Amino acid sequence: MIAAAAVAGVLSLAALPAAAQATISRGPRTADGKPNLNGIWQVLTEANWDLQGHSAAAGPMIPLGAIGAMPPGQGVVEGEEIPYKPEALATKKANFADRLKLDPEVKCYLPGVPRATYMPFPFQIVQTPKFILISYEYANAARTIYMEDPGPSPVDSWMGQSVGHWEGDTLVVDATGFNDQSWFDRAGDYHTDALHVVERYTLHGPDMLMYEATIEDKNVFTRPWKISMPIYRRQEKNVQLMEFKCVEFVEELMYGQYRKKTAKQ
Amino acid sequence: MAKRFWIATLIGAACWAAPPPKPAGYVTPRTADGQPDIQGVWNNATITPLERPAELAGKAVLTPAEAAVYEKRAADLNNRDRRGTDGASDVAGAYNQAWFDRGTKVVPTLRTSLLVDPPDGRIPYSAEGQKRLAAAAEYARLHPADGPEDLALADRCVLWYTAGPPMLPGPYNSNYQIFQAPGYVAILVEMIHDVRIIPLDRRPHLPGSVRQWLGDSRGHWEGNTLVVETTNFTGKSRFRGATENMRLIERFTRTDANILTYDFTVEDPPTFSKPWSASIPMTKSAGPIYEYACHEGNYAVPGILGGARAQEAATK
Repeated sequence: MIAAAAVAGVLSLAALPAAAQATISRGPRTADGKPNLNGIWQVLTEANWDLQGHSAAAGPMIPLGAIGAMPPGQGVVEGEEIPYKPEALATKKANFADRLKLDPEVKCYLPGVPRATYMPFPFQIVQTPKFILISYEYANAARTIYMEDPGPSPVDSWMGQSVGHWEGDTLVVDATGFNDQSWFDRAGDYHTDALHVVERYTLHGPDMLMYEATIEDKNVFTRPWKISMPIYRRQEKNVQLMEFKCVEFVEELMYGQYRKKTAKQ
Repeated sequence: MAKRFWIATLIGAACWAAPPPKPAGYVTPRTADGQPDIQGVWNNATITPLERPAELAGKAVLTPAEAAVYEKRAADLNNRDRRGTDGASDVAGAYNQAWFDRGTKVVPTLRTSLLVDPPDGRIPYSAEGQKRLAAAAEYARLHPADGPEDLALADRCVLWYTAGPPMLPGPYNSNYQIFQAPGYVAILVEMIHDVRIIPLDRRPHLPGSVRQWLGDSRGHWEGNTLVVETTNFTGKSRFRGATENMRLIERFTRTDANILTYDFTVEDPPTFSKPWSASIPMTKSAGPIYEYACHEGNYAVPGILGGARAQEAATK
């Protein structure tokens, strides 16, 4: 069956114009003929530190030294600047100044969208015709992309509601129903519950996905803006998502003040 | 002891190797890549307990009339006014039935326990297992809330004690969505938003140095049954008092369009005198699975710990 599909692919390739050939060469297909996005993926970018271009800088924790420093990044925002309203830019700056207290990542909270995509952790796509599950290693976060629109999101949530459709060979995901709790990065970039994200996932060859996200929030930004980055397939033999249940790693930080003092303390 | 364990293992293996009953004429659908199709949202809520209640000792199966009485009694008990007699018990009982979704029915087999082997419907703790449980209970009595690690894993939003693996009926959110792609079965767990991704390619388990709360699962198909073996648990997961070396075998069989029969066998020789097995029917649900952001809204941990400190200060 695989061999037959390959032969059919070669035959039809020869008969198709160059533009269509480029589409076919983009990568593997599922049984229902869609681009096959199944696999374990991860970005190689510094976007989680700051979506915008930034120099290397010291981190907020002196004892961590170079381990805690911020690596430099060229930025993933189209047009370089995130188009904040003036008052919202002030909030972003205040967020950054107080990031150890305010960044939800510090507390192991769910990452939201699109941040889940470019956290420095892998994620796995499990693709079926009706649903596409994305399981993120960070905090066991997950989202289900509904390929049949279930109607408006019944409730706001950290990961939102995702509804997908195919535009040619691109998976387009319309994500709404967010709460106002997640951030976009460690630089304090934020949103309200009016957030609307449109993501585009396009295979470029078997082992690279191009990712684009258009971000809209009338309370915070003067216009929609866009980020883009490649996502790479993890190729280690027997690679699998591991468990990063970070709740227990933040309990001392969040609840240590309530710990019973021993005689020595 | 070891010999007895292995004989029990063989008997246990013979028990769960028997395929679950299948209605005549039911043909398991297939996914595009040829796997038996067990996809969908499944719910395992039932009022049948894991272990047989003491008052039903010796009775493996209810008659339909007894089942009706049992269900009515459970409904009455769950609906009762839960106001406590003092402050502490009143707060502890603050959740009334509106907060729960325990189900209203016993399992269709009318068995008195989900546990099917050993036949007495009780977890066969070894002497060592009982001793360890008693020691843990005594420690918890003396240190109920010194720090977060003394609290229940579920209160900490680390791991829900029934959400699995293995998957048991819980007080609410007993919903699981199964997805299948070539080479993988994934289970999205509503309780505390966990995902189990089970590779089907017979790869080896993670090295023994790697321990996970949910363990490390490997699956394969035996006919229409998905068989999943899970090892590499942490010593902190402690399913029913088990050690980190617990080995879990789960079997998923779609026995009807709307029933996914879920059987599991637990082995942990230091804790249990022999392997034990349970069988739970999961019922098809329309879904959807909702996001349970447990940790993000956790007021319980600071409340319990802060309350314990306030109480200590008041009694000094």
